Amino acid sequence: MSIKGKAYIAGIYEHPTRLAKDISLAQIHAQCAKGALEDAGLTKDDVDGYFCAGDAPGLGPMSMVEYMGLKPRHVDSTDTGGSSYVLHVGHAAEAIAAGKCKVALITLAGRPRAEGMATGTVPRSRGGTPTPDEPFEFPYGPTVVNMYAMCAMRHMHEFGTTSEQLAWIKVAASHHAQYNPHALLKDVVTVEEVVNSPMISDPLHRLDCCVITDGGGAIVVVAPEIAAKLKRPKVKLIGAGEFVKTQMGGKVDLTYSGARVSGAAAFAEAGVKPADIKYASIYDSFTITVLMQLEDLGFCEKGKGGAFVADGNLIAGTGKLPFNTDGGGLCSNHPGNRGGLTKVLEAVRQLRGEAHPAVQVKNCNLAVAHGTGGSLGLRHGSATVILERE
Amino acid sequence: MAAQERKLPAPAISQETQAYWDAAGKGKLLVRKCTGCGQAHHYPRTICPFCFSDKTEWIEASGKGTIYSYSVMRRAPVPYAMAYVTLAEGPRMVTNIVDCDFDKLKCEQAVKLVFKPTDPTKASNSRS
Repeated sequence: MSIKGKAYIAGIYEHPTRLAKDISLAQIHAQCAKGALEDAGLTKDDVDGYFCAGDAPGLGPMSMVEYMGLKPRHVDSTDTGGSSYVLHVGHAAEAIAAGKCKVALITLAGRPRAEGMATGTVPRSRGGTPTPDEPFEFPYGPTVVNMYAMCAMRHMHEFGTTSEQLAWIKVAASHHAQYNPHALLKDVVTVEEVVNSPMISDPLHRLDCCVITDGGGAIVVVAPEIAAKLKRPKVKLIGAGEFVKTQMGGKVDLTYSGARVSGAAAFAEAGVKPADIKYASIYDSFTITVLMQLEDLGFCEKGKGGAFVADGNLIAGTGKLPFNTDGGGLCSNHPGNRGGLTKVLEAVRQLRGEAHPAVQVKNCNLAVAHGTGGSLGLRHGSATVILERE
Repeated sequence: MAAQERKLPAPAISQETQAYWDAAGKGKLLVRKCTGCGQAHHYPRTICPFCFSDKTEWIEASGKGTIYSYSVMRRAPVPYAMAYVTLAEGPRMVTNIVDCDFDKLKCEQAVKLVFKPTDPTKASNSRS
């Protein structure tokens, strides 16, 4: 069974806040749910499927189901870090195709800024019973930044990728963010500014890293017969793929990501090729994340990502592959340190023709949204969806 | 920039890997090897992650390896070098590169095993 054409994204919402000092975590989830349902033209009582991940307060979906007064007959709280919500879109389509629900709500929220969390530069343990990997990693000081940095270091070693090439990814995101009134960073930056920003963990500079923001978002995925009755432009899910890439028992290969598998599966299901894609939402926790995923999704050959992203090739209007036209995680928003959901949101805006006019891709009928969650350098979840305007 | 000494949190030891840490305390690095498929893996498991055989055993590593990748964490109270090192026995392991000049590190550089004490007052399974 394929999910191709079995589900539509009918509603989306991105919380405008980037600092949620006076809003609770549950409140952000519910505000996003309300926004996405209103966008779709549906009500809370239409929801019969609920999807959330580890950012939701409480055990799995239960606390938020109660808080929002939902009565789902299907729930899924699969947590693959920041990629969870891209994966949830695929799982929602599977549930809809199997008749388990008709209106699936996916929510995300987080408050790392308000909570003063040292997101990227301090080693963090999950607490409780250690994972089997933890004793063999945690004492050495793995952080979010230095593990992604090791991917960049190896990529540079094997393929000659440069810091200037990585910087172009941030430059492109900043060109887009200047048009997003909600973006945390709205200033356009240059390659020189990126490579001259302070080194955080070699070879990643401060401006190679995404922002840390509070906020959230929600997505409503519906069955075709529901979508047919709604007034919003129709965005159809035509392909989905997921994967978990690990250290493979010590056969670690930092030069590629799980996108190699999840992307191939999504493209095969959709029956389209990377060259057909008009707009790409690519997880951008760091510049290197984008570069590796573009290679692994098949937009260019492995090792040629540096040349592919250089010279503004990712900038809407001038480049061949407009990416993250909302400014992405590098400039706009990375709610709860989990950026997968916002990737889906901007892809839907592009397909609806509702992106900012300065970055709207002409005749945007086919888009990809891709997420990576966990740590690219340790173990990560990978999820890809391909969306089509109908 | 020269490496400085820093306090490492102690590992949270499970029943499955007690022998590994006992050996480390005596200055020996153990690697888990499968007698079914003949491959060594890391981190160590009782059941081989390659062939799922439960016929695995400890071998002592030679202590020789090469840097697969590394990153010097500059934004830390005491900067340090994270690394993956490819052991002569095959597996790549997460570790630190110590007693070195951070600015002279390179991928594929040869390294040798050295042990550093951990701080038992900083247990690794506490939240930070």
